[in-house]
Amino acid sequence: MSSVTVPPRHGVYRSRPRRGIVSGIVGVIGELLITAGVLLGLFVVWQLWWTDVQAGREHAQILASLEWPDPGPEVPPGDDENSGPAVATRREGKPPVMEEPTDTTVFAELYVPRFGKNYVSPIAQGVDKATVLDRLGIGHYPGTAMPGELGNFATAGHRTTYGKPYHEVADLKEGDPLVVRTEDTWYVYRVTDWEIVWPWQVEVISAVPGVKPGETLPKLTERYMTMTACHPMYSAAQRYIVHGVLDYWAPVSEGVPAELVDAGVKVGRD
Amino acid sequence: MYGLIWRTLPGPAWFRVLVLLLLAAAIVLACFEWVFPWVSEYVPLNENTVEV
Repeated sequence: MSSVTVPPRHGVYRSRPRRGIVSGIVGVIGELLITAGVLLGLFVVWQLWWTDVQAGREHAQILASLEWPDPGPEVPPGDDENSGPAVATRREGKPPVMEEPTDTTVFAELYVPRFGKNYVSPIAQGVDKATVLDRLGIGHYPGTAMPGELGNFATAGHRTTYGKPYHEVADLKEGDPLVVRTEDTWYVYRVTDWEIVWPWQVEVISAVPGVKPGETLPKLTERYMTMTACHPMYSAAQRYIVHGVLDYWAPVSEGVPAELVDAGVKVGRD
Repeated sequence: MYGLIWRTLPGPAWFRVLVLLLLAAAIVLACFEWVFPWVSEYVPLNENTVEV
């Protein structure tokens, strides 16, 4: 009988070759590095995508919960000829100004036809990142003018992530309308200019943009609006600033500003 | 590390895969809900205000 060597199958398959302690450690380090890579990737997904989903939902809820009256006089049902929204006439006198609300109160909406006809964002009091900008939408710098007031209605908004209300801020052109609505009043501002500044250049939100802290303010004659957003996108190095000036105001009970009607922006909830 | 986890888990392979998937989902959820929001406060990726 010829002898046949049977390979020790059992042994080979069951017991793995013993690894040295060094290769064991290297293996664990490798696995930890892979894990760290996956977690970093997840963080990017969360920051760029999930914060938008979450904040978008929250903004829609906030806008719906305001329960502000639809603009314009009641349109008789069945009257198809006049079923479009009424156009509010421009008023150029002294606009009504609401009092500055408490922190985190949502007190206005912003419509910008340049950002698309479905664009509307809540404006809340304060510019704290965690409680206002990451959750409620656009923030109003406390102590700066309220909409329509003499001085500078200064706001901050995310250009990326968290619902990114100021995503397309760099697309704004001179003359573009920035339409702010409080419960009762429309304020139509028009873009005048834009600039890129360092984060410490607070003169951009001064009551007269450009007047540095410590310098004397001239007598207030204009009603400015300022938007601040990060620049470049996905960076905190600089700030993109857009300035506007109040063109006119109108009561909400009269209708919708022509700028929104012409751009096909839908106002009101139905 | 992952080998050790795999070997300590009881049950057949499909069961272990299921347990690991659930575990991964729980970790992702915890990251999205609590860990990442906390980390983002220290990562100034999207500051947009001007201040002194």
